[in-house]
Amino acid sequence: MTAPLLEIDDLAISYKVGDHDQRVVHGVSFRVDRGEVVALVGESGSGKTTTAQAVLGLLAGNGRIEQGAIRLNGIDIAHWPQKRFDTIRGAVVALIPQDPGSSLNPVRTIGAQVAEVLQIHGRGDRRAIRTRTLDLLTRVGLLPAEMRADQYPHELSGGMKQRVLIAIAVALNPDLIVADEPTSALDVTVQRVILDLIDELRRENGTAVLLVTHDLGVAADRANRLVVLQGGRIQEQGAVKDVLAAPQSAYTRRLLSDAPSLTKVRPARRAPGSGEDFAIVVERLTHDFPVGGTAKRFRAVDDVSFKVCRGTTHAIVGESGSGKTTTIRGVVGFLKPTAGRIRIDGEDMTTLKGEALRRFRRNIQLVYQNPFGSLDPRQTISQIVEEPLLNFAPPPKAERAKKVADMLHRVGLPETFLGRHPRALSGGQRQRVAIARALVLDPRVLVLDEAVSALDVTVQAQILALLDELQKALGLTYLFVSHDLAVVQQISDTVSVMYKGRQVDGGPVDTVFARPNSDYTRELIDAIPGRKAPMLALSTASVRG
Amino acid sequence: MIRYLIGRVGQALLVLMVTFSAAFLLLQALPGDAIMIKFMSPDMALSADQIAEIRSAYGADLPIWERYFRTLANFLTGNFGYSIQAGVPVSQQLQVNLPPTLQLASLGFLTAIILTITIAALSNVVGMGWLRAAIQSMPSLFISVPVFWLGIMLIQVFSFQLGLVSVISPGPVERLILPVLTLAIPISAPMSQILMRNIDEVLAQPFVAVAKAKGASHTWVLWRHVVRNAVLPMLTIAGVLFGELLAGAVVTEAVYGLNGLGGLTNQAVGNHDTAVLQAIVVISALAFVSINLVVDLLYPVLDPRLGTKLSMTA
Repeated sequence: MTAPLLEIDDLAISYKVGDHDQRVVHGVSFRVDRGEVVALVGESGSGKTTTAQAVLGLLAGNGRIEQGAIRLNGIDIAHWPQKRFDTIRGAVVALIPQDPGSSLNPVRTIGAQVAEVLQIHGRGDRRAIRTRTLDLLTRVGLLPAEMRADQYPHELSGGMKQRVLIAIAVALNPDLIVADEPTSALDVTVQRVILDLIDELRRENGTAVLLVTHDLGVAADRANRLVVLQGGRIQEQGAVKDVLAAPQSAYTRRLLSDAPSLTKVRPARRAPGSGEDFAIVVERLTHDFPVGGTAKRFRAVDDVSFKVCRGTTHAIVGESGSGKTTTIRGVVGFLKPTAGRIRIDGEDMTTLKGEALRRFRRNIQLVYQNPFGSLDPRQTISQIVEEPLLNFAPPPKAERAKKVADMLHRVGLPETFLGRHPRALSGGQRQRVAIARALVLDPRVLVLDEAVSALDVTVQAQILALLDELQKALGLTYLFVSHDLAVVQQISDTVSVMYKGRQVDGGPVDTVFARPNSDYTRELIDAIPGRKAPMLALSTASVRG
Repeated sequence: MIRYLIGRVGQALLVLMVTFSAAFLLLQALPGDAIMIKFMSPDMALSADQIAEIRSAYGADLPIWERYFRTLANFLTGNFGYSIQAGVPVSQQLQVNLPPTLQLASLGFLTAIILTITIAALSNVVGMGWLRAAIQSMPSLFISVPVFWLGIMLIQVFSFQLGLVSVISPGPVERLILPVLTLAIPISAPMSQILMRNIDEVLAQPFVAVAKAKGASHTWVLWRHVVRNAVLPMLTIAGVLFGELLAGAVVTEAVYGLNGLGGLTNQAVGNHDTAVLQAIVVISALAFVSINLVVDLLYPVLDPRLGTKLSMTA
């Protein structure tokens, strides 16, 4: 039997932090055979990206391989100097990076960037390289290749940029491609197309892929084998269908039950509110934006209507550019719509102005997507949660302090967090703080703008559970914006699917999922990763399965 | 693109106009004037009538708005008026004093750029260890040094102690070495600080990792990916620093006793010679505005992202 393509043996990696070494990968061993797809699955901090970087010799400056071997075609490359790595990178091992947006040099054409990998490894003269570049661009579907080659990255969409990066990765027909979260920055429908493309090229060339992902659904769909990492240690590894059907470790079981795309059990939703008691009514909302100083106008939201019963959750689904953000900015009163009405608790938001609008806003609070950017790093947690109170006839200091402490307790954070700064908190904890800040004013409506999209599945499941509990306890109405249909299916009662500014589907979640009205919704549902996965042991034989 | 061009040039003209007006008003608001200083001195022994006559000959007795529009009209036709103290046209004084200052400033700027590149290159190529740290801490040392002190120290060390550069009747090149350094060092400090930080930032970008994953060597990555991205933000700062360069030139000329705009400014301030001052302010503003205009126009050429944005809105 020949040696495996990649064999990682008892690998330990540490980062130098201050004066001491912090070990992040502890004795990891696994192998990738020729032409095989192995998924490295785990949450952030599980060491999956560090392991992948080590394979490419691209550990950050303070990272060091402490022990173990990385054997590529039987040769240990773990302690190779960078110069030696230069000869195999691109040619034998290639990378498809995580964020296509920042992974291409903004001041060079994409043709130049594809050609570069051929130049570095001296594959032919100028003309041969140009021909090969155009072939590659054609192969990844960037047409017409001649025109695309002369474009700059900012002229391409995220999916197209990822195609460029795929073209670069496959240019020299490497043995192994390390794909580090290749689609997590893309919309679901684009995600599927890109994963299909990687699959296709891999089959054509017999390339093996080490797929790093936090999304078990993606891993289940695309990999032959799974390696589950937690805290830098392997929890479990094996063939995909074995791991999914009979997970051995408690951690894998938890990951599986937290993954919205793989869980077909849905917590029972309340019956939609009693008849006509609507907390949010949006009627024929239309919003135009002026286009760069000209008289032309761009219609971002086109005739959108929906109603949300008090105490229920309404989801707005769509990809970037679908108008979902514009819609919610109208609902919270940041934008005056061009036409249409938005009533919150019977009050018409579109006619409120100035002080009245400001005062009404306390009824509608917003939780943002990015828990790292939405908290002021210089404030303490207690200042962050207290701040909204100061904007509206603040109660006395002692009362405010009590309110803040109560709120923190409500969102499941200990009181010791009050004096801390956001940087000392994890992503999930920060999102809890953001929720506490939104709830401190006792709002009636909470708008959640992709509020769980940046979180790991397990943390995401916890935040969703918290939101559910708060809704029951406080009778809140949620407007939940997401691009992730699996999450939407799990937590919302009603849904609006938006596409290019229009609402293409709407109604109770079950109805929309069972009988979508539009092709777009159907495509979205099909694109949910994990649908190809063998049914899980813990799944109830659901109709939708 | 054309719209952008017209907009930028319009903005530049507006800045010039505002500078002219503000300078005019401020200079007029100063107590006393050059005519008083020159002609009321006892050795002139002029009568009050004669002084009034002189004042009306210079137009100093006209109401302020009329003087404003006259001066403006004169400036537009290239007539900067008369220096009262020297009794010659201001343009003649400028002809004598502008070239040496321009020479000093441009040499200073060039040296600053060379210093900046050297410091940044050394700190990124020399590699790890104390040397990099030492080089990186140099700019913050330079930035905190006042120009006049630096000038005196350079003379002290290089001329008096080491005897390398003669200060007594130096040659035409030798005369410039120390002033140029005095001017360049404080400007290269912020520039190299920013350049080094930019390089570090660009090196941390995902596209650099992608370039390395293609098999590119460190030098290849630096030259083909890092340099252009790191230098772009420098353009803006270079435009702004040009103002500092002019101010620095004035002090430097004073320290080294050189002829130039600095000396002229000094005299004119002492004598309240408003015509000269007005011309110097407008000329400095013109230089400053032109440099920044050039920078603004260069940007879309160097950064394709801006180019597309412009052609889309134009």
